[in-house]
Amino acid sequence: MGMTITEKILAAHSGRDSVANGEIVNAKIDLIVAHDVTTPPAVQMLKKLGINKVFDPTKILVTPDHFVPNKDIKSAELAKQLREWREEQGITRYYEIGNHGICHAIAPEQGHVLPGMTVVCGDSHTTTMGALGTFASGIGSTDLAAALATGELWFKVPESMLFELKGSLPFGVYSKDIILYIISKIGVDGARYRAMEYCGDGLKNLTMEARFTITNMAIEAGGKSGIMPADEVAEAYVKARSSESYTIYNSDDDAVYSERFAINLDELEPIVALPDLPSNGRFIGEVAREKMDQVYIGSCTNGRIEDLRIAAQIFKGNKVAAGTRAIVVPATTEIWKTAMREGLLEIFADAGCVVSTATCGACLGGFMGVLGAEEKCLSTTNRNFVGRMGSPKSKVYLASPATAAATAITGTITDPREFLKSAAAKAA
Amino acid sequence: MPELPTNLKGFAHVYERAHINTDEIIPARYLNVHEEAELARHAMEDIDTTFVKRVQPGDVVIAGDNFGCGSSREHAVWALRGAGIKVVVAKSYARIFFRNAINNGFLAIECPEAMEIAKTGDEVVIDLAAGRLRNLTNGKEAGFVPLSDFARELIEDGGLLPHIQKKAKSAA
Repeated sequence: MGMTITEKILAAHSGRDSVANGEIVNAKIDLIVAHDVTTPPAVQMLKKLGINKVFDPTKILVTPDHFVPNKDIKSAELAKQLREWREEQGITRYYEIGNHGICHAIAPEQGHVLPGMTVVCGDSHTTTMGALGTFASGIGSTDLAAALATGELWFKVPESMLFELKGSLPFGVYSKDIILYIISKIGVDGARYRAMEYCGDGLKNLTMEARFTITNMAIEAGGKSGIMPADEVAEAYVKARSSESYTIYNSDDDAVYSERFAINLDELEPIVALPDLPSNGRFIGEVAREKMDQVYIGSCTNGRIEDLRIAAQIFKGNKVAAGTRAIVVPATTEIWKTAMREGLLEIFADAGCVVSTATCGACLGGFMGVLGAEEKCLSTTNRNFVGRMGSPKSKVYLASPATAAATAITGTITDPREFLKSAAAKAA
Repeated sequence: MPELPTNLKGFAHVYERAHINTDEIIPARYLNVHEEAELARHAMEDIDTTFVKRVQPGDVVIAGDNFGCGSSREHAVWALRGAGIKVVVAKSYARIFFRNAINNGFLAIECPEAMEIAKTGDEVVIDLAAGRLRNLTNGKEAGFVPLSDFARELIEDGGLLPHIQKKAKSAA
């Protein structure tokens, strides 16, 4: 019987020829990504047990991202514990403030994520890294402690769902719209415990950056992982960043999937997910033009350079509406610098946006743009749960960076195609 | 294997809604600490501000589908345990929450009918050996999905880290 990419990676990492859905395997971990919120408790657990050494410091990447630059004294303590621990352990893959970035963005950007790897991180959006043909899954702090100590972790081999992307995206529609569409169809638990695998000619047409947005949100459908076969696009991305060797796994033709879906990209339109679930996606034509107090462009979902370029294209020559605040948060320092060199930061500043350094920040209601009671925010982030970005009485709407930029300019939820057409005409 | 407890008794806090997420169980604004007692002060804050005032040691949370979805923060398990919750009984769980629960040796029971037989304030008993949830207030009962052998082993060992240590010792 054929196997999926996920089954092949888990089999290869647990010393097996094959694995079956539902069985528990102990898999070797190739990369552990550690950040400031979930790592300090894991380190504390290990110290309590008298385990003073990680299994292999070269297989760990550390970056503070959630509450940095330190948002308060307690967060400063967490970042300090992370910094001291990585020094004591001799972990060299460390990205201090000034080189830092949101972990799921910086790990692949800096060439640490390769096809065929197993990657874990104490963060649910670890699924992002699956876009490179990697098994990447979010875990808690106890799991993290176990992986740091032993280099292995238990996994229940998941069933896989197959999503075939057909055709190409229409003008003004982006990969964020694809994943919001998929989640609106299957629900926030539609992929519970399962791997969401992608294939199709529509996938080949997507850049690596666009792909990360799709696998990033696997967890918003309850998925254990999101995974895409490593094709020429993925290989070009990896080879530009790493000289390490890797293994590409592809699903067999007779691999077994628990469900299959086909999505015609040509039929998609910009989507907005209404509060309070990521599954509340509606085509923008069906969404009321509600007034937004804030627009947020950033996060591990949509804070990459292509996202900023699209937003800048729309902001150029326009102003953020009176009564609306716009916040742009590049996902990594490298993206911030590229945006600076390309003149994007100036466009944002001229339009009246605030541009922050990389941080998870307000995506999870940390800082740098949290919402007050009754406030509404259209955001390029991944979750619009109650209280996610601040007050439990605030409301979050999820959309693409293009929809976010257009909304910032009018102050009400706006179809980005209105602005993209005039931007294209101006450029012509 | 040792015998499973048959008499976990506590008062129910019932939340019927599906998809209660970890942002609601412990909002991220409190993630700058990870001490259980500190987290416990804010348990369930964004879904029910009265929870921490009412909860007593040994109580049981009963919830709907996909409990604990969203963020992987283990702080959600710690906040509930710190508040005194002994067991969560849900229709179903999001995978990371379930993983975090059993990794902590914390009981997360799957019981599709729990919400139909209990309301907030009822006294319930969980009998792990029989796989039954009994409502002492109204006399009703429901069966639950038995824990997998692996989950049971982790819970009996007190969580993943003691489990790994035990295995390492027996291998040595």
